[in-house]
Parts: sequence; structure tokens; C-alpha cells
Amino acid sequence: MTIPADFNLSCPIPIQQYPTILLAHGGGGKLMHQLIEQMFLPTFGTCNGIQHDAATLTLSGQRMAFTTDSYVVQPLFFPGGDIGSLAVNGTVNDLAMAGARPLYLSVGFILEEGLPMETLWRVVRSMQQAAEAAKVQIVTGDTKVVDRGKGDGMFINTAGIGVVEHAQLIAPQSVRAGDGVLLNGDLGRHGIAVMSAREGLAFETTIASDSAPLSDLVLELLAARIEIHCLRDLTRGGLASALNEIALAARVTIAIDETQIPVCEEVQGACEILGLDPLYVANEGRLVVFVHQSDVEKTLEIMREHQKRYQKVSDLEQNFIAQSAIETQACIIGNVTEQTSRGIVTLKSKIGMNRLIDLLSGEQLPRIC
Amino acid sequence: MKFVDEYRDAKAAQQYAKAIAQITTQPWTIMEICGGQTHSIVKFGIDELLPNEITLIHGPGCPVCVTPVELIDRAVAIAALPDVIFCSFGDMLRVPGSQQNLLTVKANGGDVRMVYSPLDALKLAQTHPTQQVVFFAVGFETTAPATAMAVYQAAQQGITNFSLLVSHVLVPPAMTTILASPQNRVQGFLAAGHVCTVMGYTEYEPIAQTYQVPIVVTGFEPLDILQGIYWCVKQLEEGRSEVENQYARSVRRQGNEIAQQLIREVFAIVPRQWRGIGEIPQSGLGLRETYCEFDAERRFNTDSTPIVESAECISGLILQGIRKPPECAAFSTRCTPEHPLGAPMVSSEGACAAYYRYQINGD
Repeated sequence: MTIPADFNLSCPIPIQQYPTILLAHGGGGKLMHQLIEQMFLPTFGTCNGIQHDAATLTLSGQRMAFTTDSYVVQPLFFPGGDIGSLAVNGTVNDLAMAGARPLYLSVGFILEEGLPMETLWRVVRSMQQAAEAAKVQIVTGDTKVVDRGKGDGMFINTAGIGVVEHAQLIAPQSVRAGDGVLLNGDLGRHGIAVMSAREGLAFETTIASDSAPLSDLVLELLAARIEIHCLRDLTRGGLASALNEIALAARVTIAIDETQIPVCEEVQGACEILGLDPLYVANEGRLVVFVHQSDVEKTLEIMREHQKRYQKVSDLEQNFIAQSAIETQACIIGNVTEQTSRGIVTLKSKIGMNRLIDLLSGEQLPRIC
Repeated sequence: MKFVDEYRDAKAAQQYAKAIAQITTQPWTIMEICGGQTHSIVKFGIDELLPNEITLIHGPGCPVCVTPVELIDRAVAIAALPDVIFCSFGDMLRVPGSQQNLLTVKANGGDVRMVYSPLDALKLAQTHPTQQVVFFAVGFETTAPATAMAVYQAAQQGITNFSLLVSHVLVPPAMTTILASPQNRVQGFLAAGHVCTVMGYTEYEPIAQTYQVPIVVTGFEPLDILQGIYWCVKQLEEGRSEVENQYARSVRRQGNEIAQQLIREVFAIVPRQWRGIGEIPQSGLGLRETYCEFDAERRFNTDSTPIVESAECISGLILQGIRKPPECAAFSTRCTPEHPLGAPMVSSEGACAAYYRYQINGD
């Protein structure tokens, strides 16, 4: 074993700052970034200096994408999905964000002693359906059982590989001033669906998660030879965090317009009540697409066409997906205005004034009043 | 969305801004009381719409910000006890005590839960009879009725494993303290709409008269705030000092009398410490003697040690509107949402956090 010259045994995150892991370290905000930047990256490195949802590798001349993600959602079942479909779609989407065609997944189950067999069976079936819909195969797996009280029912890890069949570099580094920024639907459904199921919040209507695979849409855009510069699915931390990450990595200013960002009435209402900002609420079937300015209109057209077809299929299959797709319209939400020495995201507010949107430190906490 | 989008109309906002500019002939300093209003002002960029003559300063109406460190330490100590389920509103969890915050207690194994209503905490007490459930009752007059209802129900139902760490505070005494300060700059107030929904606004009338300040009961949407400012400036320009009600769709002069009755049933008016400001007489609500068995401070014997506040944090001056967040030397350097020196940087309603999130990085 060789030890790098600068190998250091002391913890790179000053221990007096955070001697223990907090939930916020996994929340997709600043603390998680600190963990990645200061501990994981310096220790593990990246294979080609690019940080993205999936790593892109070349194996025997074939460009591949490789990624992994773990799922710890509570409750295991929520309107519009469950931990199983989420574990498939999430990993499929991470591969898609690298512009890859997802092919194979692995699944690791960490099960808690006492979990009803019926629950596991429901999740497994749901994973199979989701895999079929996303055109991937689950080909290998692992099962571990932990003592009662140590596992929250079930945790799932999935890893995935896909092939990259084009020569574009789809990563923040490719983002340029002038690029258009598009969004494929309304914000916040997954976060609010899970929160209301978890906290037992009763709203007048049920909000279903937007959990869905995004690979078909991405492959369609690639097939139409759209000059895609960057893709990012909006998961924890929502649109605001995704745009901030890209702005920072690409060192650009991204300007978006709040009036162009769709939020359905149910989600907006829930956010108003809880004091949450939908820009930071989690999604599981939404992405932002950065494209060359000359391709903006064409991209929008393809995204809307795709949506129509998707809606028709899901209308027949599953009612909840249809519900989550209603009223959602792909839209242009802004553009990249300039290269800067640092990354900035500005938002034109509903009354027309500009402000910054920042990364949150941890998860959003509902306000007192 | 109905009842929201109408109040965020860009054209109407521009028209109001123009109208404010037209009637303004000299500099005026107006304080919005409530942290929710501060948040709206900075989030929507309302301050940038106003003429230079109008200065908005941000008042002490953020319950998270004014809760004293001693009490947070007490909360931390109780939450760390075995067999205690400690319940709090979400944004109280991150507020720093002298050593720890409630999220750290949770990370260390304490049973700390976020609830949306004190009644949810009461339900937890019913479903966990072998554990002690404690609710951290913070907030202004807005949240007091729900706390009072939880205590009232607990008493009615004879629930013995439920108690409260109470830190409710009242708006009018804070306004009087600000107005009576020799450093006061405030010439007019936007009173907090939701506080007045509960309490009405009769208690503001003597304040307006005594100190000769206009007070406009104001809502939280951009157009509410702009209209509130317009009315306030109009009064200032005309030399009037009255209480006006901009938020009439929610507030009546008498307020919600049933809620007030409940507050009076459960709480008595007590002196209260305000973080960064000090003790203000008659400025808080404490449990009445008849309900003292629900007082967590009595139930749990936790030591209160004298507190060292960060010497750098000027939250007291911020909360009284004497300084603005960027005027603090530690702002955005040694004090950030990740490492807050004081509560206004933590709460989403806190003036420092609002400035940090929406303005600072833009320089």
C-alpha cells in the first residue's frame, strides 16, 4: 500500500466545529458540501476532476457512467411512491444526468429485524415495476439484517451503470454565459408529499410525489442533437441548491425569474402554512437543463412533447403519476448571464426585484408563526 | 393561488412604490415589528422599491431571536434527560444556547421532536404515558392561544406527564421600550398583523397617543407591507399619530376574544428577559398559579448557570433597530448561519439571517 505524501491523519473538518455528525450533514446544504469538499474529495479524489451526479469513466474504450445512492426515506410508503421506486428512479436519474443510458442496477437491502415480509414484498415489486418503466435491469444485490431498533424498517442502497453514447461533456464545466435554463415541471411535490405523510399533516388534497425516471427525456434530447451543457435532477435542497451547485462549479451567474417557476397550488399552500420556500423543497422527478442559447426553443418543444406522451401513458397505468403530472409544464426559467469569479444565483422576485438565492445550511425548518 | 398571488402583483407593487414616493417630502424611519414582515421585505426586495427617504428598521418580533440563552440552555438540559420527549417548533431547534442547541442534543441521543402545534405535543403525552413530554412554548401573542389550549386540555383530561417551558412574550411592552429609549429612531410602526388578529389593536391606541407615533396594523404579503408603509408615511406627513388597520381582512379592533379569554385563563402577565435587550417589565406570559403543575421549570430541576453571550454579537441593538445587520463587524465573517453568534442569524425570521440569505453575497 502506498501512502500519499500529504496523507494526514488529523480530521480535516475542525473537530470543534462539528464533533459529531448532524442530520444537516446529509441535507444537501452547506454542511454536506463541507463534508464532501473537506473530507471525501481530498481523501478519495475524483477520477477526472469532475464532480457530478455520476462519475464518467472509460472502460475498454466505452464511456460509462457509474453512480450510487442510499435511501432512508420515512415513511417507506407515501403518496406517489415508496422507498423502492425512489431507489430505482433516483439512481437512474443520477446516471441520466451524466447523459448516460442507464442499463444495470445493484440493490443492497439493510433490513430491520421484525420488518413484515409483506412490506418487503411490496417494496420489491415496486422496484421491479420502476426498473421496467426506466428500462433498467436489477442484476445483483445484497441483504443484511440489523437488530430491531437499529434500522428504521428498511434502508436501500442502489448503484447503477450506464453507457454514454455521445461525445458531449455534460457537466457544470460546460456551462457558458448565454445558456438557457429549462425546468421540466412544477416544484416541491415530493418534499411536501413525504413531509405530510411523515408528520401526519392533513391537507385538503393529497399531494403525490413527482418521483419518476428522467432518462427517456434526456435520451430524447440527445437524439435530437441538442447541445446540452449540463443536467441536474432536483432532489434534496430543491432547485435553489441545484442551481447554486452548478453556479459554483461553473463560476457563472445564473439569473432566474420567479414568475416563470411553476408551483402547484397545493404545494404553494402547504409551503405558505409551514413557512417553507418551494425553491428549496425536494423533488424526485424534476431536472434543470442547461442548453446552448440557440437550442432553447427546440429543447422546450421536445420537453413538452415528451410530457404529453408521458402523461398519456401514466393516465392509463397509474392514477397518481397522472395526478402529479397535471398542470406541469416544462418551461424556460432563466439563463446564464455571465462568467464570474464565483458562482451566484439571482432571482427576480414576483414583484420584479432581484435577490440572491443561497445554499441553505441544513434542511429547512418550519417557522413558528 | 387565491389570496396570495393578488398580493404579490408586480404592477400594483410598482404603483404603490410610486405613490409612496409622491407623498414623501422628508426622511422617515419606520419599524416593522414582526420577523415575518422583515422576511417578506427582504425576500421580495420591497426595501429597494422605496424612495431613499424611507428607512425601514427591523423590529424585535422574531420569537426565536428574543428567547434568552438561559432558557435555551434550560431547554437543552431538559431535552437531554432520559425519559423526556422534548417538543419544539422547527426553527427553535438550531438556535444556539451557550454550549449547544437542541439539534446537538438530538444528535447525542436526546429525544427531540419537531411539532407543528402544542396540541401535537399533548397527543404525544397521551400516547407515551411512561415518558415526560415537554413543549417549548415560545412566540408572541400569535402562538400563545394554542399553548394555552394545550395546557387547558391537559388540565381537563388530568394528563400528568405533560409540561411546558414557557417563554411567551408580548409586543406592546417591547414597542414601549423601544420608544422610551434615548437612542430611539423609530417614527412610525407597522404592527404585526397576526399578533393583532389575536389581540386586536386597542392596546396600541394609548402607545400611539403617548409617544405620538403612527401605528399601522399590517399584513405580510408585499402589497400589504407597501400599503402599510403608505398609510404610515401619510400619517407622518400629515402629522397624525393614529392606529390604522391595513390588515382588515384578518384583524378586528377587538381581536379574537375567545382566544384572549383562553390566554387569560391560563397565563398571567410577568416580567420577561429578552435576548440582547434585557428584562422588560410586564412583557411576557407565564403560567398562572392554578396551572403551575404544568411548568417544566418547576418539574425538572435543572441548574441555571450564568451565561456568557458572545461579546461580538450586537443582537440587542439589531432587535431594537439601532443597528442594521451589515453594520455588525462579525456579520457574514465570524457570524454566519452555519456558525451563528446570536439568534437573529439562525431563525429564518431573524434580521441577520434574512440579510445574509437575500443580500449579502451580492455585495
